[in-house]
Amino acid sequence: MDFSSLSPVAMIVLLIGAATPILLAAIGELVVEKSGVLNLGVEGMMIIGAVCGFVVAVNTDSPMLGLLGAAVGGAVVSMVFAFLTQYLLSNQVATGLALTLFGLGMAALMGRSYNGIRPPRMARLEVEGLSDLPVVGKLFFSHDPVIYLSIALVFAVWYFLNRTRAGLVLRACGENHEAAHSLGYNVQLIRFGAIMFGGACAGLGGAYVSLVRVPQWTEGMTAGVGWIALAIVVFAAWKPWRVILGAYMFGGITILQLSLQALGISISGAYLSMTPYIVTIVVLVIMSADRKKASINAPACLGKSFHASH
Amino acid sequence: MLRLEQRPQPSKTMLYITPILAVLATMVLGGALFLAMGINPFDAIYLLFIDPFTDSYNLSQLFVKASPLILIAMGLSIGFRAGVWNIGAEGQFIMGAISGGAVGLALWGSTGWWILPLMAVAAALGGALWAMIPAVLKIRFNANEILVSLMLVYVAENLLAQMVQGVLRNPEGMGFPESRNLARNEPTALPDVFDPLGIDAGGVVMLVLLAAAFFLLQKHAMGFQIKLTGESPRAARFAGVKPGVIIAVCLGISGAAAGLAGLFELTGAAGKLTIDFPVGYGFTAIIVAFLGRLNPVGILLAGVVLAGTYIGGENAQFALKLPAAAVTVFQGMMLFFLLGFEILINYRVRRVVR
Repeated sequence: MDFSSLSPVAMIVLLIGAATPILLAAIGELVVEKSGVLNLGVEGMMIIGAVCGFVVAVNTDSPMLGLLGAAVGGAVVSMVFAFLTQYLLSNQVATGLALTLFGLGMAALMGRSYNGIRPPRMARLEVEGLSDLPVVGKLFFSHDPVIYLSIALVFAVWYFLNRTRAGLVLRACGENHEAAHSLGYNVQLIRFGAIMFGGACAGLGGAYVSLVRVPQWTEGMTAGVGWIALAIVVFAAWKPWRVILGAYMFGGITILQLSLQALGISISGAYLSMTPYIVTIVVLVIMSADRKKASINAPACLGKSFHASH
Repeated sequence: MLRLEQRPQPSKTMLYITPILAVLATMVLGGALFLAMGINPFDAIYLLFIDPFTDSYNLSQLFVKASPLILIAMGLSIGFRAGVWNIGAEGQFIMGAISGGAVGLALWGSTGWWILPLMAVAAALGGALWAMIPAVLKIRFNANEILVSLMLVYVAENLLAQMVQGVLRNPEGMGFPESRNLARNEPTALPDVFDPLGIDAGGVVMLVLLAAAFFLLQKHAMGFQIKLTGESPRAARFAGVKPGVIIAVCLGISGAAAGLAGLFELTGAAGKLTIDFPVGYGFTAIIVAFLGRLNPVGILLAGVVLAGTYIGGENAQFALKLPAAAVTVFQGMMLFFLLGFEILINYRVRRVVR
């Protein structure tokens, strides 16, 4: 990346790029948590998405098929978590951790012959005339398709959760699974679906890292983005539009930190690299400090297993 | 059709059989994975699970790898019992090594039996203080300890990178980002105690602490309060247990244990601080804790099994050109199976004819 021209417009374009993987993973996890499931395996699903997307894109020479492969990969690996937590009633915290450990190992195994390869470039969506406008063109009309997709996805999730019947049912499973069950809804199946959606979103986010952001494959390349996405959901108080805010704020911090490093500021690079993680902690503290508010926002059945005895 | 039926009492038999089942299932599915990769599954399984326990050289290495895993897992298990999820042991491991190592490097050139114990105290304190960050933020601000402790792993990794390039760098190391070798310096090197089994002073401390953990959980009131908090937080509050104290104690113990493990790794197997110093023991220890059923004796056995997979994995890298990541896949798989089989403890599978 070139930081020699630190114009605000260029910074914002970079910021959006840095924020998109977090945004994709966080909006998926938001749906999962709204259904009452805490999936701590976001990091694992992301890295699986990163490697699946990379392998598919390199072999088919199509970044779009790569994204599709990443979504499928993320969803498939999340099914292991879904089956264990929903039908074998395993502890969600431990199973999520297992998913992350397994995903990191599996991704390294799958990607071992892909080190040092460059993936096919993803074309930007340019609109004739509009993209050439000063400032506005750069800010709104010259991104790659995934960025538009991620914003559209947030609106779709908002609409689904707040304006559709199916969304209401999903939220009911998260707020009171006994009640949802007694109304005849299949809580486990609904949660299974939500987990797979979360897996697909995390997979897309991972592929964005390996296909667009970096772009190449290295082991453990998601470097904690999945965990930051989990914190963003808390920051957003489980509201979709605030996920955008949170993700873009983090994108901004990442870019600021990287550009300060590139400028050769007297603060050492290792200290600057810590900032996104430290900011995550600060954000978590601020959002959780008001216990009453935090408990109203969080889905009431978050992290609890459901087993219908009849 | 199969249906799950709740058992009137959790099954004791299943509690002990399921970890063994999980290991066996991992061998079977892992074998299938090797077959898919074009590697002879029988050779691979033998190298990973049997060879580390039969070959005498491997046996001496086994305890070297198992000690840190068991020590960290012992600390973590106490927290997991109370529902306090410290998953940042890797960070506490690093901080223990940095603070203990810093003491050793500051005293470079001096001699005395007290240097290594002093380093151990510094390491335990470093790890415990690092773990106190999530504890305080949880108690005071209700911040999720899972995310905070994990974020601190990345902070600790960056801090380590800074330290080995900066104040802790070997002044005679020609600018390489690494510290002096503490294992090659008499006063700071971890002494061997029982060579044929690879038991060093760290291993002895680990065994003593494991016994202390057993005592804490079985005989001490604090252990009872920890278990009570995990099994019924409401009942614990009525009984007057202060949740804040439990959180602080659990994170403090696990942080100190991880910090000590970091120092033993530094003064023993690793020797010097480099950016590659952390090798994931803090995360593997989570698997050890669960595979050992959060029970000190179980953890001892589970630690040996997982240490075996590390050693087997290293040997298999040479013999079968197996990638290093395969071991992580195996470990993740093992945890999946274990968590899945856990349902057999509280439920039994019944056939229902409709």
